[in-house]
Amino acid sequence: MARRSAPEVNAGSMADIAFLLLIFFLVTTTMEKDKGIARQLPPIQENDIIPPKIKEKNLFIVLVNKNNQLLVNDAPMELRNLRQEAIEFLDNGGASSNSPEYCSYCKGNRKPNSSDNPNKAVISVQNDRLTTYNTYIAVQNELVAAYNFLRNRESQRLYGWDYTEAKKDMGLGRYKGKAKDQINKKLKEIQEMYPLKLSEAQAKKK
Amino acid sequence: MSKFTKKKGNELPPVSTASLPDIVFMLLFFFMVATVMRETNLLVEQNLPKADQVEKLKKDRSVFIFAGKPSDQYKDKYGDEGRIQIGDKYTEVSNIGIALTEARGKLNPELQSSVVVALKVDDDTNTGLVTDIKEKLRELNMVKIIYITTPGNQLEN
Repeated sequence: MARRSAPEVNAGSMADIAFLLLIFFLVTTTMEKDKGIARQLPPIQENDIIPPKIKEKNLFIVLVNKNNQLLVNDAPMELRNLRQEAIEFLDNGGASSNSPEYCSYCKGNRKPNSSDNPNKAVISVQNDRLTTYNTYIAVQNELVAAYNFLRNRESQRLYGWDYTEAKKDMGLGRYKGKAKDQINKKLKEIQEMYPLKLSEAQAKKK
Repeated sequence: MSKFTKKKGNELPPVSTASLPDIVFMLLFFFMVATVMRETNLLVEQNLPKADQVEKLKKDRSVFIFAGKPSDQYKDKYGDEGRIQIGDKYTEVSNIGIALTEARGKLNPELQSSVVVALKVDDDTNTGLVTDIKEKLRELNMVKIIYITTPGNQLEN
């Protein structure tokens, strides 16, 4: 008698096994996509160090109350105007052309009652304890956007690339060796042209 | 005569399901490669606020602090107030130091000094709680922080 070929293994259960594994992985894993706003907190200061005096025109005060409303330099403001106002404040360059603080790259209106140059300009944000975190992040986002806008403008003018794009590529490790050091140096230069001076004062307890 | 045998029947041949496991295996491999095993159970609600001026988080040097209202299954036991979670359990503001030092110990020893604290806070929390966390972080000298957000811009709502 001719030998019967071995019966085929039924492959129907392979699909079941595969489905089981798939459902296991769907349930126990997540897609990591964390991104956020990076910030450096000021270290704790000793009590006997007197904070340096800042001229009122170099200070941009943003107050947020518990109803998530903004008050900028004593005038109420909508969130969508915050970015443009911050840009105008930072870019003002009010110092006159014969003083050592003159800012040659500022393109602002050079009003004498607004900031002298971006190195002296300080933005101070003060929140109420009951302000929503949502609004807090929105305000931080708009202020960082103002700095990034100015930094991108300068890096485009000086080097032809965007500051934010270069920083992102640096983080992804796209540059190596000498090119990396050079780009790092340029990034630091741009950072010093518009330093991120964002201060968060202690929220007043009512 | 064998060349003219009658045709078998008029039914359609059954659809072959031999390739079904292949499709499922492809999906499986995709998930195995693109995802990460979840490390902690989330005990608090997490609707992150939107922001677009963001940087990528460096996972190998970050410790996470979650904050928000307890999620629905824990609400009856732990109430409705904003809570902080580090690791797998709730902590109070005063215990943050111990919990963070413990979490930092799990990182690579070379990276421990450049640790970044990732704050994943629900968008409905009060800023007061976040300010308390930040004050404690300043005392512990962990000054590099990153507020985790979801892509988008709040002005476009």
